[in-house]
Amino acid sequence: MIWNESYECMGREEMREVQNKRLRTTIEHVYHNSPFYRAKMQELGLTPMDIESIDDLVKLPFTTKTDLRDQYPFGLFSVPMSEIVRLHASSGTTGKPVVAGYTRKDLNTWSEVLARTFAAGGCSRNDIFQIAYGYGLFTGGLGAHYGAENLGASVIPISAGNTEKQIQLMTDFGSTALCCTPSYALYLAEAIEERGVQDKLKLKVGFFGAEPWTEAMRKELEKKMNIKAFDIFGLTEVIGPGVAYECSCQHGMHINEDHFLPEIINPKTFEPVAPGEVGELVFTTITKEGMPVIRYRTKDLTCLNYEKCECGRTSVRMSKIMGRSDDMLIIRGVNVFPSQIESVLMEFGETAPHYHLYVDRENNTDTFDVHVEVRPENFTDEMSTMLNLRKRIEARIQSVVGIHASVKLVEPRSIERSTGKAQRVTDKRNLY
Amino acid sequence: MPTIIKQLSIFLENKTGRLTEITSLLGKAGINLTAFSMSEASDFGIMRVVLSDPEAAQKLLTSHGFTVTLSDVVCLFVPNSPGTLSEALHILSEHNVSVDYMYAFAMDDMARVVIRSSDIHKCVEVLQNSKLKLAKASDMYYF
Repeated sequence: MIWNESYECMGREEMREVQNKRLRTTIEHVYHNSPFYRAKMQELGLTPMDIESIDDLVKLPFTTKTDLRDQYPFGLFSVPMSEIVRLHASSGTTGKPVVAGYTRKDLNTWSEVLARTFAAGGCSRNDIFQIAYGYGLFTGGLGAHYGAENLGASVIPISAGNTEKQIQLMTDFGSTALCCTPSYALYLAEAIEERGVQDKLKLKVGFFGAEPWTEAMRKELEKKMNIKAFDIFGLTEVIGPGVAYECSCQHGMHINEDHFLPEIINPKTFEPVAPGEVGELVFTTITKEGMPVIRYRTKDLTCLNYEKCECGRTSVRMSKIMGRSDDMLIIRGVNVFPSQIESVLMEFGETAPHYHLYVDRENNTDTFDVHVEVRPENFTDEMSTMLNLRKRIEARIQSVVGIHASVKLVEPRSIERSTGKAQRVTDKRNLY
Repeated sequence: MPTIIKQLSIFLENKTGRLTEITSLLGKAGINLTAFSMSEASDFGIMRVVLSDPEAAQKLLTSHGFTVTLSDVVCLFVPNSPGTLSEALHILSEHNVSVDYMYAFAMDDMARVVIRSSDIHKCVEVLQNSKLKLAKASDMYYF
């Protein structure tokens, strides 16, 4: 199902024209209404006249998270406060939160892109959406809420947490679509399994985002909840969830590129990479009024695919996030992404998808411990089998990541579950 | 086969207090331990227990979040005198029955050896044919 065929299936040339026009309007807008962007452009001797098409994007300066923090709270808003009708903020795990302001038009855009997202997952006005993302400053809850309402679905604004109630409403109300973080979805799936109420569920799809997850986790969720699981990508700085979404082909996420213009750069040289190459994802919003971002560096690593999708959509697809330049751990000189470890663990099937990485330094050497839960159904009385499992995981990590990790098998449910973004790494090294 | 005994195996992380928790749960439920052994790797261990009501114990421990499995073992009686164990083991190896692990305790005139073999039925057969005495499961459990 395609929500907005004229944009989602627009020819590449026509899309380029739309983007050129919208980019020019956006640059005009920020140059005249945002002292921050004007100053940055003037520093490089740029005026809106220099930006004629999306090919000129590379002339523009990048915007970073640090810029957003420095401009806290409203420094990047490009309209008067009287035009702002909603404020959101990202969780400020380090330093100040990032604040986003939306005009009424921005909110409409947001619910449009989310309606596209949900329609691409096969949903319609006949669905019952259980929104188990946190409501509040976090963009997940309210974003999904208005998107599902725009679709015409029935919305249960239950927010995150309160697992008992989640399961009760899921069974009593017959929710057909679930929106939450993948780690919370796994937690819910386990709780459902424990109570043996799978048969009472009418769930058919899940839209999971706000944190990275793997194909293996998708399979696990699909099996446990008997659903089709869709990845949904977004970030507060750009708009929130709905920047990109999966169609039923699930070969990458379609970017709503008539609103959010993507680029991939080499994070070291800042140069654009060759098409199809992996690099850091950069976004320029081309319809936003309240807080447009120009060449915003997401720190997410991915690659773009401009080929037409089998679903009929022509919009560019980004692959699942392959890591974050922020999350990247450098252990004994080797780049390690937690997502790599996760996919190794999921390959095994004998361990639960719950893990925690501990990095420390002893005698000037990095130590790397991977704690992973055994599955009760895979526990065996044979010590040799258990030791062999540990050995096989260690060997697989070694071959995928290139360094040795000490795997520690821990009891089921001993690793902390989170209802928000999962904290899977503890780095005790004091390197900075 | 009434001589096959259900042994409980429990996955244990090396964390203080886990054993205390298990024994206290079983004690409160009125489940008696007959024999147990601990086998440990550096970071985790497996506790193997013969007790009065294995099914109830499994249910109880699982409901408290422990990872538990049941496996078949036999309990062999051998006289508490030099060479008797060797004799029994000799019989098993002669018949190609391999022993995965065992644990034992001897006092007074008898020693009791708990044996786990991947071919437990053959293990029982071989030992019984050789006129060795095995404990009856019913002597271990009381319902």
